Amino acid sequence: MSAAGRTHATRWGVVNVVVVLYALFPVWWIAALSFKDPGTLTDGDYIPRKWTWENYRGIFETSEFTRALVNSIGIALIATTIAVALGTMAAYAVARLRFPGKQVLIGMSLLIAMFPPISLVSPLFDIERSIGVFDTWLGLIIPYMTFSLPLAIYTLSAFFREIPWDLEKAAKVDGATPAQAFRMVIVPLAAPGVFTTAILVFIFCWNDFLFAISLTSTESARTVPAAIAFFTGSSQFQQPTGSIAAAAVVITVPIVVFVLLFQRRIVAGLTSGAVKG
Amino acid sequence: MAEIVLEGVTKRFPDGSVAVKDVDLAIADGEFVILVGPSGCGKSTTLNMIAGLEDITEGTLRIDDRVVNDLAPKERDIAMVFQSYALYPHMSVRENMGFPLRLAKVDKATVDRKVEEAARVLDLTGFLDRKPAHLSGGQRQRVAMGRAIVRDPKAFLMDEPLSNLDAKLRVQMRTQISRLQRSLGTTTVYVTHDQVEAMTLGDRVVVMRQGVIQQVGTPTELYDMPRNLFVAGFIGSPAMNFVNASLSGGLLRTPLGDLPLDDRMRGALERRDAPREVILGLRPEAFEDASLARGTGGPVVTATVDVLESLGSDAYVYFGAEGGPATSAELEELATDSGRRDTGAAAQIVARLDAATRAREGAPVELRVDLGKAHVFDPSTGVNLTRPDGTAGP
Amino acid sequence: MSTAAGPADTRPPGGAGPGRRTKGRAALSAGARQERRLGWLLCAPAVLVMVAVTAYPIGYAVYLSLQRYDLRFPARAEFVGLSNYGAVLSSPYWWDAFWVTLFLTVVSVAIELVLGMGLALVMHRTLFWRGTVRTAVLIPYGIVTVVAAFSWQYAWTPELGYLAELLPSGEAPLTEQWPALWLIVLAEVWKTTPFMALLLLAGLALVPEETLKAAMVDGATAWQRFTQVVLPLMKPAILVALLFRTLDAFRIFDNIYVLTSGAHGTGSLSILGYNNLFTALNLGIGSAISVLIFLCVGIIAFTFVKLFGAAAPGAEVGR
Repeated sequence: MSAAGRTHATRWGVVNVVVVLYALFPVWWIAALSFKDPGTLTDGDYIPRKWTWENYRGIFETSEFTRALVNSIGIALIATTIAVALGTMAAYAVARLRFPGKQVLIGMSLLIAMFPPISLVSPLFDIERSIGVFDTWLGLIIPYMTFSLPLAIYTLSAFFREIPWDLEKAAKVDGATPAQAFRMVIVPLAAPGVFTTAILVFIFCWNDFLFAISLTSTESARTVPAAIAFFTGSSQFQQPTGSIAAAAVVITVPIVVFVLLFQRRIVAGLTSGAVKG
Repeated sequence: MAEIVLEGVTKRFPDGSVAVKDVDLAIADGEFVILVGPSGCGKSTTLNMIAGLEDITEGTLRIDDRVVNDLAPKERDIAMVFQSYALYPHMSVRENMGFPLRLAKVDKATVDRKVEEAARVLDLTGFLDRKPAHLSGGQRQRVAMGRAIVRDPKAFLMDEPLSNLDAKLRVQMRTQISRLQRSLGTTTVYVTHDQVEAMTLGDRVVVMRQGVIQQVGTPTELYDMPRNLFVAGFIGSPAMNFVNASLSGGLLRTPLGDLPLDDRMRGALERRDAPREVILGLRPEAFEDASLARGTGGPVVTATVDVLESLGSDAYVYFGAEGGPATSAELEELATDSGRRDTGAAAQIVARLDAATRAREGAPVELRVDLGKAHVFDPSTGVNLTRPDGTAGP
Repeated sequence: MSTAAGPADTRPPGGAGPGRRTKGRAALSAGARQERRLGWLLCAPAVLVMVAVTAYPIGYAVYLSLQRYDLRFPARAEFVGLSNYGAVLSSPYWWDAFWVTLFLTVVSVAIELVLGMGLALVMHRTLFWRGTVRTAVLIPYGIVTVVAAFSWQYAWTPELGYLAELLPSGEAPLTEQWPALWLIVLAEVWKTTPFMALLLLAGLALVPEETLKAAMVDGATAWQRFTQVVLPLMKPAILVALLFRTLDAFRIFDNIYVLTSGAHGTGSLSILGYNNLFTALNLGIGSAISVLIFLCVGIIAFTFVKLFGAAAPGAEVGR
């Protein structure tokens, strides 16, 4: 490599390192906090001087956190399943069939995706209390539909539009029944898009905070983000910092795993349809 | 192997537009028939209707004397090669080619044997375990062909199968398809917009325009005896030259000069009650350098050479004609389709001369016109007035 | 290609021939009708759910906003017309929150655009580690906002955080309005710049390499290529990214809730709505706030689409 090439490479190397540090630093910092013992918690170091699992043991001993973790996982999974199932049907229709009202559907889901959730909190608070789903899993799954369903329809229809539907024709000419064409050709091609969408929807549900603190009042449906926020007041004598940090790391792990495994697909899903090729 | 018969086949889309109009066509067993025409002429729709991928609005389609209008593609026993090849990206070459057989519940050993056999014919043996993404364009095309031939279907339908290949490969594949079809003897319907492909491949060529069949015939028939302006202008490269002309006395007055009618033309024109104003069509090879004068007879015109293209075997001479190009709806459409309208080349006349010509750019040249190869068209209907009677139509 | 099946296909078949021929025609219409019915059928569940979870609550919010409805005295609910709106719009709390929200939105989106563009260029052009960089950049976006907010809060808490140590001792930036607002912007920018960058990256990928080469041959400098070729070609992508992010930033809640709880003049409209509901327990006023925020978002979206011609992405869906 020439000298100019080397400086070029070095420059990009520096830029890349800066970007990676920018992205990871706050994450690293809270992870470091979570491994500090109460004595060194306030030292402000980026690397714990003494590593300890104490904070993790602490949160997993309280039902406050474990229950919230179960709630988070359960609610996010159910909401994702419903949104992806309904979204797949609608997105297939949008990408594949001719019918009037298609544009309205797209416009509507986009509009709903832009809804300020706070606008829904007040009425939902009242509605859910009167029909008895306040502070239940269902009480959170319902509002999660407001963002997860449009997201699913939107992302999936972008993925489905990429599928070469000619293949369906080819399969039919090759002697497949419509059901065979769907199962042997379309499903294998659509599966990655559905899977990616499910991950995205899950991340969005996992991330929700406003609905979770507004529409729950006890441990029975409170998700981790809301529970973390309430750690603060749990004990007057002990700072909850370590517990919060540990809980934060626990709910960050799945996201990091998703991102590491499916980076390329998540990027495709996030940007799909937003920019027309 | 099969005979395919279309009777009064029409395709009307839900929005009311008619893509194919009252098509009658009988394709004999083992025949290689080309559907050709500019984009939007209905050729692909016709093919899709034969395949069963589109409903037939009106008319009947018979394969081997059996009406198949309402049969699903799977029940028609036809194979199709798509323009995009439509290879299944998640299957290997072997799986792609064996797919129709597996669907037909053929036992595994037979599938393997047939796939390998087809792969050998198509020179794909080394690629059987690759995914389509790892193949070149030409290889993908051959896999698509392979998927069609393993089934030994009643007919092959091919929808512009070569148009995604580069020019050189296209010529090679063209020969290969031709050879393959002949050795298999399978009835084939082949759609293309490329008239060179149409002329070189087909036993018979069907020229379509705006959903209507313009003419059906062997390549030579279409070339020598076009039924109308559209066919005349569409078939042949470089295209036929068209100039406005008027009939007066025994003369054809054209921007090139006055040309005396010969007996053949006079007879035909009288019989068909030709109007005064007509369009004269001359293929580039209807001209000849008068100074090399091998031919005999025929009027001589003088023109100033704009551009001379020497191809070694021949020389193309371009010159302008006073009075501008002939116009008609059909010629407009052709010019738009071929892009000639954009370049303004329609106003030029091209003559194919012997390479020995001494014509020079900017200098006048004397050209002998072979009126035996001239056509006279009615500008309002586009009908070729000088086409010999008794030739099969349409 | 337009795919919308117009009203034409309901027209009776014109000039249908005798028996055999009309049969085919009828079958086609049936096919088209069937396709249409299937389309509606497949969309119906999603549409019903979306209407149930958004349109109905919003309608209910409008109804509530016209009532005097205090959760402490539910029996005394009565219709009061627009007076809740009057109360909200004449209140300094609303306007303080409004300006704070506007400030946070404009400033953070502006910074995100610049940073996001830089990040997108890095991801687009970098010679190596492309995958690593993209993965790293996705992490802030994927992380639960509350987690990130806590990380920032601890970083700026005196006696605890690494960033607070950099400040003169005794400074507690999260307890003063302007420093706190800027820290909220920082947290917001950190979290959402990656999303902006990814949308812009997708736009960048659409700029043909050959066009850039042509510009280079034509003598354009790198900066000229960027401003005169890349940016204009990316305009649709930029507008979409801005629209998404502006609407998203306008509903900012999580970061503020964790960082300052809206104290010291840092409360956004969403915080105001939340506090009103759960501390004042006044559903009538709370609903009026909800409706007003909804209107603000509507106005922003409308402005983007009308003024800048931001095409609603996916609007021209077709086959």
